[in-house]
Amino acid sequence: MRTIWFLLQKEFLQIFRNRGMLPIIIIMPFIQLVILSNAATFDVKQVPLHLQDRDRSTLSEKLVKRFTASDYFRLTGYSFSDRESIGELLRRNADLVLVIPHDFERDLTTTGHAKVQLMINAEDGFSAGVIQAYASEIIGTFNREELPKSGVNATVQAPPEIGIISSGWYNPELEYTHYMVPGILVILVTLIGLFLSGMNVVREREIGTIDQINVTPIKRYQFITGKLLPLWIIGLAEMSIGLLIARLLFHVPMLGSYWLIYLVSAIYMLVVLGMGLFISTITETQQQAMFVAWFFMVIFTLMSGLFTAIESMPHWAQTMTLLNPVRHFVDIMRRVMLKGSGLMEIRAQLLWLIGYAVVMVTLAVNRYRKVAV
Amino acid sequence: MHSFRGFLLKEFYHIFRDRRTVAILFGMPLIQLLLFGFAIRNEIQEVNLGIYDQSHDAVTREIIDKLASSGYFVMTQELHSIAEIEHAFAEGSIAEAIVFGPGFAARMLREGRVTVQVVTDGSNPNVSKIITGYTASVLQDYRNTALRTAEVGVEAVPLMMFNPELKSVYLFVPGLMALILMLVSALMTSISITREKESGTMEVLLVSSLRPVEIIIGKVVPYFLLSFVNVVTVVALASFVFGVPCRGSVLLLMLESLLFIVTALSLGIFISTITSSQQVAMMISLAGLLLPTILLSGFIFPVASMPLPLRIISNLIPAKWYLIIVRGIMLKGTSFGYIWKETLVLAVMATVLMAASIKKFKTRLQ
Repeated sequence: MRTIWFLLQKEFLQIFRNRGMLPIIIIMPFIQLVILSNAATFDVKQVPLHLQDRDRSTLSEKLVKRFTASDYFRLTGYSFSDRESIGELLRRNADLVLVIPHDFERDLTTTGHAKVQLMINAEDGFSAGVIQAYASEIIGTFNREELPKSGVNATVQAPPEIGIISSGWYNPELEYTHYMVPGILVILVTLIGLFLSGMNVVREREIGTIDQINVTPIKRYQFITGKLLPLWIIGLAEMSIGLLIARLLFHVPMLGSYWLIYLVSAIYMLVVLGMGLFISTITETQQQAMFVAWFFMVIFTLMSGLFTAIESMPHWAQTMTLLNPVRHFVDIMRRVMLKGSGLMEIRAQLLWLIGYAVVMVTLAVNRYRKVAV
Repeated sequence: MHSFRGFLLKEFYHIFRDRRTVAILFGMPLIQLLLFGFAIRNEIQEVNLGIYDQSHDAVTREIIDKLASSGYFVMTQELHSIAEIEHAFAEGSIAEAIVFGPGFAARMLREGRVTVQVVTDGSNPNVSKIITGYTASVLQDYRNTALRTAEVGVEAVPLMMFNPELKSVYLFVPGLMALILMLVSALMTSISITREKESGTMEVLLVSSLRPVEIIIGKVVPYFLLSFVNVVTVVALASFVFGVPCRGSVLLLMLESLLFIVTALSLGIFISTITSSQQVAMMISLAGLLLPTILLSGFIFPVASMPLPLRIISNLIPAKWYLIIVRGIMLKGTSFGYIWKETLVLAVMATVLMAASIKKFKTRLQ
């Protein structure tokens, strides 16, 4: 026991004396958490709109006014040629071009029907769909409210409308931050944990201090514990501060129990640190350890379900994500915080994490040998 | 010149004698682009749908049929109460529940307007919106085909430019290119100088006749050539495996990509000069670049949707400018005239970073 205590002191001293690393471990994650959580939103606002009104009639101006008066669109220019309009799309001055043809008012008043064209920048298919939905909504309201007033004779009965009332349970406002903050926190804690533990043993090997430890009568489990425990404590501390920020700054609801979050965090840190330590034992230089850790980190991050939904991945990819500890932890965090899930509801993911932790730590312990390989 | 050439050769040998690292530098971008290109999508395959039909009339049955045959949904459950909906959500057996109120068809005929309630799991707003969008488009389709005889009023004809099928691959693959190239390049160079400092070989460099400018450039060039291979790989994969078109000039795309990696490499070198520990350098280049590049570059989330302070910060991310350029060339077929501004920004960034690295490079130990 005393041995472990000494090791702990050594590790902590090393960490805190490393002036360069301290701000990175302590300040950078939280700055990123606060700043970046606001970035993740698909809400499309103030879409730049370019107008090609070839009619310039009362009715067409009324339609245009509905577009510009709404919060969704913002008029950035107008022209009378397709070439110029497309140029505006290419120059990224507009994401929607509204083309009103020459006989707009005449067609509406005589036949009750007229077409307008929406040229939408569809680089981002999802935003394009949203833009189309906004525009259709405005046009639909125009049809309902303006046409009867202008005496448009609808000789054919308009088909009934089917409206949608959509409710998002557990997060009625569909607040993106409630959804992103727990996830980003998990990623940051994983980043720090994985890299710190990944470089730990390799560094000692590179600079030669590992031999000094190996000639002592220290046992394997003491060595591993001495390496893992400080990082585990730091990881949990960061988790706590992150949760505080989530609650106080972002008002992320906490419907579940804090104890459950801490229990899961404790197990999760073992997974991350075990993985890092294992990487540390299979690489020869810090550079290699870093690259391997980077490789997995990018995969874990992008396939965590945080930025794109797991449900939108092909089946083989969805199965792969079962091996992604970040995915499970993000899932658990969200369900406990936003839905108030208890131990029973999250047992599947928790079992994955426990299994992972056991495998990783066992691998790490087995690979570490006091004899130079 | 002689000493510079020797230095360059030395750097090359250093890199290529480390087999594992070379494998990683070439292999990982390839693997990652393949993996993510296939896995990162925005289209949701099979939405588990539960229906709570309080009407059971001809109209609701037709709508349900249409939902079932749309290809978006999998009819999972018939529900009979709000409590059952709650239970199904809690278990995770459905992703969406649709509620038809009583007397649906009758109300529709009588009032000309009827509403359907769509319930989704709001704790994942992204999925929620996508699923609701699918539902809306099926309902709209039903309205247009099954109900009408002619369109009345103003009809909007949408024309989806540059990506008519709304494939999310067109959005993501260029973004992946930027992300992977940025991370690999910055990572490669960020440790190059600190490694020499830590292993003590820096002293040898300092007593040589090499000037700081030569040392910096000598360190960047080998990685530049390495990254060029990565650029070709990445662009080839994007076109041939993922079918992202290249409607503009391929040559321009290559040149712009090379400019981007020079910027990323310069960023890495700069990181390398401001710290003397490999650990710190790597942490900065990885932990400091991963999330900001993913979130602020417009890779997944549109920059225009972000609050103003974040939009300003995103201007500092080189990947953001590169994405505009790549999407412009590949998806829109723009010529240089449309993207000279973004190119200039990248060039300025690269120059500033290089200059700063040269200045910061101390010719004395400590």
